[in-house]
Amino acid sequence: MMSKHFQSCIPIQKEWDIVAARQQGRDIAKKIGFGSVDQARIATAISELARNIYLYANKGQICFDYLEDMEHKGIKILALDEGPGISDISKVMEDGYTTSGGLGAGLPGIKRLMDHFDIDSEEGKGTEVIIEKWLR
Amino acid sequence: MVLEKYKNLLKNYLQSKDETALYRADQFSKQSLQQEISPDEIVQIHIDAMQDLYPDLPEDMRLSLHFLLETMISYGIAHHEFRALREKQLELKYEIEVAANMQNTLLNTVIPDVEELDIGAVSVAAQQMNGDYYHFIQDHRNVGVAVADVIGKGIPAALCMSMIKYALDTYPDNLSSPKTILKLLNRVVERNVEPGMFITMFYGFYNDEDHSFHYASAGHEPGLFYDASSDSFEKMETKGIVLGVEENTSYQQYSKILSVGDMIILFTDGVTECRRGDQFIQTEEILDIIKQYIHMSAQEIVDHVYRYFERLQDFDLRDDFTLIILRRNS
Repeated sequence: MMSKHFQSCIPIQKEWDIVAARQQGRDIAKKIGFGSVDQARIATAISELARNIYLYANKGQICFDYLEDMEHKGIKILALDEGPGISDISKVMEDGYTTSGGLGAGLPGIKRLMDHFDIDSEEGKGTEVIIEKWLR
Repeated sequence: MVLEKYKNLLKNYLQSKDETALYRADQFSKQSLQQEISPDEIVQIHIDAMQDLYPDLPEDMRLSLHFLLETMISYGIAHHEFRALREKQLELKYEIEVAANMQNTLLNTVIPDVEELDIGAVSVAAQQMNGDYYHFIQDHRNVGVAVADVIGKGIPAALCMSMIKYALDTYPDNLSSPKTILKLLNRVVERNVEPGMFITMFYGFYNDEDHSFHYASAGHEPGLFYDASSDSFEKMETKGIVLGVEENTSYQQYSKILSVGDMIILFTDGVTECRRGDQFIQTEEILDIIKQYIHMSAQEIVDHVYRYFERLQDFDLRDDFTLIILRRNS
């Protein structure tokens, strides 16, 4: 499973777990050296991903990892669930289309907050979203 | 850099407390928008500036500013989304403009220049693309005129009209027979247009030799006949089902003899369904306006009538508007 390569994971089952995931993400972002706006954006992106799991998949996890190359540091976040999956990914990636009834950032919002965004989903199997943000 | 600027402006305001400083804030806000700085980033700039200006800012104040920043994050996302959507909208608008230009080229028609008839025509789209259509055919000194209206407006209606025009072009031998033209077009529409889309159409043909005007209508708004000798109008009542409903339909043909000064007035429901507030205007009102300008040329009359109705609807047409006048000159 994908999550094995990650440093730490927070299971998402209850609404309360969303807060734990935010906290974890913010702590890591702070440690890496992100400023307050970026910390808040990372926390918001995590919120959004965790909420999607809580609302639509019932069960899943958010995992965290550090990124590092020659010059930069960054954070990598994985959202994994075994929910119903998304049948039309292009559709949910369109601006103005959000499954949660227009509230929240939606996936395009998350994509915009981050430097890298990747999604994989299979109907009936689940969804996997990976986001990355680099420190500038 | 942006921070330095903001800090100076803020410092300036805190000292002077005057409108000039606030005006500068206004300017700064506009510049920031241009530089795509989002609302949450402005809050961050404010926090940083405050911490620079007041290193001993009380802890509660510092935390409250941070709290404000967190509540602004979603506004930042919405701001970026708005920008992206606006760009997309501009793209779409441009594409529709191109399509509308292409429609104009495709459906271009020239008002026939014949000695006996004075002809005027105006057709204005409610949205960018016109679902009304008119077309003139000049056959020596005879004139064919078609007016059509697709039920519905916008792009689908406009696309449909090109079909009518090209179908019409393929029947050069039948142009003098309105009932045949409608029968043929009905078949084309019935075969090619999805159910639920209808076209009303009027087709008439003026014969220069006996000054007769033969016409037939497929559910189209009845035209008006102006009798110059009695200075009166008469509705040109017709029977005939709209195009595209029944495969084999026959249309009845009617005719009028035009004396000098008589007029044929054709239009679409964008004219008769003009509203003042939420009331439809009466046909009499159209007649009154036409009468008011009746001493002018046919083109001047239709232009004036259009301008009158445009004003009546607060310069915001609800439906495509087409008006045509043919008057026998000599």
